[in-house]
Amino acid sequence: MADNHTIEPQVLPPNPEKATLEGRNKYLGFWFFLGGETVLFGSLFGTYLGLRGGTADGPGPSDLFHVDLVFIMTMLLLTSSLTSVFAIINMKRGNYKGLLLWMTATVVLGLAFLGFEIYEFYEYNHQGLGFGVSAFASAFYTLVGTHGAHVTFGVSWITVLLIRYRKSGLTLTNAPKFYTAVLYWHFIDVVWVFIFTVVYLLGIGG
Amino acid sequence: MDPHADPSAPLQGEPSNQTKRKLKREMRTQLVSFVLMIFITSMAFFSIASDVIPNGFAIPFILILAGLQVVLQLYFFMHMNEKGTGWVNAMIWSGLFVAALTVASLMLLIGVVKY
Repeated sequence: MADNHTIEPQVLPPNPEKATLEGRNKYLGFWFFLGGETVLFGSLFGTYLGLRGGTADGPGPSDLFHVDLVFIMTMLLLTSSLTSVFAIINMKRGNYKGLLLWMTATVVLGLAFLGFEIYEFYEYNHQGLGFGVSAFASAFYTLVGTHGAHVTFGVSWITVLLIRYRKSGLTLTNAPKFYTAVLYWHFIDVVWVFIFTVVYLLGIGG
Repeated sequence: MDPHADPSAPLQGEPSNQTKRKLKREMRTQLVSFVLMIFITSMAFFSIASDVIPNGFAIPFILILAGLQVVLQLYFFMHMNEKGTGWVNAMIWSGLFVAALTVASLMLLIGVVKY
């Protein structure tokens, strides 16, 4: 068997991401990680909510936020969540090309989101909201910046997977990898929903 | 699945008809939840952006909408509604529980006390 180099193709199982012990462990372990991430973002949200009134004569939320821009960013991220759902459905159908295509769409939408965010931070900095200007500024940049770092990491993660497995076809090794990357991406979207509501909408409304 | 199956072998063939039907249903559910999410986000946006709705109503309203949207995302997009997700639910809900306590205590400790 060791010197037989031809690999026998396997039959596609209904849930290829959970067909092996390794896949099941990755799936479960990743959810444990997401439970911890929830607490990380919880502490950043708590800090922001505690400090958002402390603008120290610098610009405040209602002077800065462009909700139209943030609304477009939200739509981009929501749509990228849907494209990653399509990617997983294609994976379960055994359509590997479809998986790669929808994952690429997810990456493109994620990059568009990042572009808007960088523009946004640049604008705020230009309007006098440096990181150390006020307690509000530090709390805002830390919370939204940590989310942006997660988006950056997610985009890089999916890109690496797409390059690494561009020719391999769907296997029991890469199915859990794509699946956990998609879970991560959805989680980023969940966090953004709260940032959109708590930071931006409450920032101009409350 | 054979536990000694080569994990690097390409997976071939079509899924069973049962799986195909399930995926077709799933596609519909996911599209419906996506439309709902877009609708919820737009409602939250317009209830703050328009001057017609008083803030005293809009603020709790958008917080409830955010909660609703997170449940949609977790239970449909991330499949937490499926069987065999007991541990997953346990982890996420305990994460959310600890996060809620953290948010409340940080708001009170560094926010309210110093005003």
